[in-house]
Amino acid sequence: MKQFLFFIQKEFYHLLRDKRTLFILFGMPVVQIVIFGFALTNEVKNSRIAILDQSKDEATASIIQQLEASQYFDIEKNLQSEADIEPAFREGKIKLVVVFPSQFQSTLLHTNTAPIQLIADATDPNVANTLTNYASAIILDYQNNIRGNQDFPYTIETEMRMLYNPQMKGSYNFVPGVMAMVLMLVCAMMTSISIVREKEIGTMEVILVSPMVPLRVVIAKMVPYLLLSMINIGSILVLSVFALDVPIQGSLLLLVFECFLFTITSLALGLFISSVTNSQQTAMLISLMGMFLPTIMFSGFMFPVENMPLPLQVISNVVPAKWFYYIVKAVMIKGLGFFSIWKETLILAGMTTVLMLISIKKFKTRLE
Amino acid sequence: MIAVKVNSVKKTFKAEKSVVTALQQINFEVSKGELFGLIGPDGAGKTTLFRILTTLMLADEGAASVDGFDVVRDYKEIRKRVGYMPGRFSLYQDLTVEENLSFFATLFNTSLEENYDLVKAIYQQIEPFKKRRAGALSGGMKQKLALSCALIHRPSVLFLDEPTTGVDAVSRKEFWELLRDLQKHQITIIVSTPYMDEASLCDRVALMQNGKIMEINSPKGITENFKKPLWAVRGENMYQLMQTLQASEAIDSCYPFGQYHHVTFTHAIPDSQVASELAKIASVVEVKRIPATIEDCFMELMRQ
Amino acid sequence: MKENFAISVRELTKRFNDFTAVNAITFDVKQGEIFGFLGANGAGKTTAMRMLCGLSFPTSGQAMVAGYDLYQDAEKIKKSIGYMSQKFSLYEDLTIRENIRFYGGIYGLSDHEIKTKTETLVHQLHLEEQLNKLVKSLPLGWKQKLSFSVAMIHQPKIVFLDEPTGGVDPVTRREFWTLIYEAASKGTTVFVTTHYMDEAEYCDRVSIMVDGRIDALDTPLELKRKFNAPSMEEVFVQLARKAKRAE
Repeated sequence: MKQFLFFIQKEFYHLLRDKRTLFILFGMPVVQIVIFGFALTNEVKNSRIAILDQSKDEATASIIQQLEASQYFDIEKNLQSEADIEPAFREGKIKLVVVFPSQFQSTLLHTNTAPIQLIADATDPNVANTLTNYASAIILDYQNNIRGNQDFPYTIETEMRMLYNPQMKGSYNFVPGVMAMVLMLVCAMMTSISIVREKEIGTMEVILVSPMVPLRVVIAKMVPYLLLSMINIGSILVLSVFALDVPIQGSLLLLVFECFLFTITSLALGLFISSVTNSQQTAMLISLMGMFLPTIMFSGFMFPVENMPLPLQVISNVVPAKWFYYIVKAVMIKGLGFFSIWKETLILAGMTTVLMLISIKKFKTRLE
Repeated sequence: MIAVKVNSVKKTFKAEKSVVTALQQINFEVSKGELFGLIGPDGAGKTTLFRILTTLMLADEGAASVDGFDVVRDYKEIRKRVGYMPGRFSLYQDLTVEENLSFFATLFNTSLEENYDLVKAIYQQIEPFKKRRAGALSGGMKQKLALSCALIHRPSVLFLDEPTTGVDAVSRKEFWELLRDLQKHQITIIVSTPYMDEASLCDRVALMQNGKIMEINSPKGITENFKKPLWAVRGENMYQLMQTLQASEAIDSCYPFGQYHHVTFTHAIPDSQVASELAKIASVVEVKRIPATIEDCFMELMRQ
Repeated sequence: MKENFAISVRELTKRFNDFTAVNAITFDVKQGEIFGFLGANGAGKTTAMRMLCGLSFPTSGQAMVAGYDLYQDAEKIKKSIGYMSQKFSLYEDLTIRENIRFYGGIYGLSDHEIKTKTETLVHQLHLEEQLNKLVKSLPLGWKQKLSFSVAMIHQPKIVFLDEPTGGVDPVTRREFWTLIYEAASKGTTVFVTTHYMDEAEYCDRVSIMVDGRIDALDTPLELKRKFNAPSMEEVFVQLARKAKRAE
């Protein structure tokens, strides 16, 4: 046991003395959260929109005027028919189309309620979301104004349609995504590099020729990165709750448990990489291309998996990050409990076990 | 008592399109407490042999045992009782001298204090720098630290793969003094080196080339086996002298050795006539009969 | 400084913070000379050699290499010297032909020159059959000989050799020195470091560095006489044992 503990201590020495790497490992999650949180969901100004006014009355003119007056929108063109909407989006400049039905004002006056349709280009979900929110606010504003001199309240029903990305993925969903990315990077890449480094400098030979059980070597290598990852998870959660106002809806304990599970998955992946490579460069490349990229591509965090061609959807199922992403979103954003995610948890746990077994089996007690 | 026994060991590696034979039919025995040298250039197969004996690699054919334990079947036993210093071994550069030592001590379930008498002589030389990172040590000091690390668990057999490569002549000398000193503790030491002059410091040596052992004997036995009379020759222009001698029919071999050329004749010539024979071929300043060195023997064996 | 010296060094110094790696060394190397540059590990050999190759800037002092000033014409120096070390020599994953082509290319040889060079070089080393094989398939000794010839491909005035024969078998080691002699006899200055003390005897003159300074510089014969030693090894040991620099 003393042997094992000292091994872990040694790993911490390596970790703590490489100040630059350490800084990156701790700094990266913070920077990513800040970039995703602030830079990407920044206010959208002077977006080009189009109007399809099938009514052309006093009310629509007034709303259009207010849209025009706001700093958020520039009215690029007036469309003539519904058939123009799709081509307008296809040109790529238009981000939002405001559709007034015919006889808007008279419908509003007679039935006290009238619909307005907001159609947004949701390929960039964050922008689409922001724009429809702004437009709705302006319409609501108008509704409140005309209500002031009437007995009965008028309601304008804004109906939103998101083109290209109906589920509106994006907004706050990057927090679970960043978690998956950081864990992948810290655990898979750093573990594999630290094991391969020992092969490179020749110390692995000496360790193998010692009575130390190979399994313990492997576990000792993982412990520091497990700890580091848990600290990173902590800092990501603190940042997202206090700086980005993304609350943790579900159980914190469950969330931490799932993060722990995924950390083990990533560590197993790192171990696997180290058993098939002999140089730090190769280990790094494999981790980046083979682990990190699929995490971004297939977890559903950047690109919605549902919109991918079927073969890619199938592939995405073998990416552990996909399941982790789903779980964290369910627990953190939707506030679901364990009974809603036990299947995904089981899949993740299964993957981890298989990976761990393969890697430990592949971890050679001899060279060559 | 036999500490290491190697019996018909063969090892090949698959390279692109071809099979490289790293070791062919290696046979030797090393007795307990012996200082045994594997002498040969890079690529002779020394490292492969070490890896087989330290259970890191499996031989294709043949058997080997260390301390009576089979290298394949009883590899766990062997790993408990051997010390190994690999060739490119460079310790943990980012750990201090002290941390490196205690790491390797705990790796073998022991401590510096437990075997202090063994490493004392070496450790005292590096102790002043114990708080220094290993990466900041000079070549000679690194070797000593590596040796301490390999010794810390009092191994019964110590394998040192090219411990003196790239180390200057003085540090090399000191290193070999340390090894001779270790023999007092009844540790069997197998050491490999490309420096022929170090062979004379071993009890017995195996001269290796291209995966084969060309000869095994005591250094004295090897040099005495050099059959032809050997002459050291010096001239005004050494390079010219060498070219002339090498081109001559009467000369069997001529190799530069420091300030002299070592020369053998194709046919036996009485000692008294050597000077005049040489004078016929080239202008020579000095001629003297000398005993062969290991390097002479090695080159003679390579020629065969 | 006189023109007929290939290398001329005056009070050359290199400091890293408060550590003086090379301490005011002064020496001249004649054209066509084989100059042995010896020293214990950490004595400052590598640092000095790096400065002379224009890879590292001196802290102070003067040096002329191949007739160029170290401070003003570092780039011209690089064109007139060849460099070979034990660690880095050739690309293992390129063939012999590709390696020669590459090095010929970086020294600006024309295609025609590279072609004729390749032929003579390969003929000289008896590598005709291996020409299209990867360098890593060659035995170490051949690699070192090839790498020396490649370092000489642009007919440099000076060639720097950093431990060129480490780990090479004794026969190849001597063949390597034959190459060195040949180069020197054609007028190339050879600046060489080695840990084999018998090789020090092959040099025209030898300098021995101790603690960043040159403590001895003379012909091997004269050095042995001065230190009353039977061999260069003895001379080296006498000097290096005086080293005080904490390792």
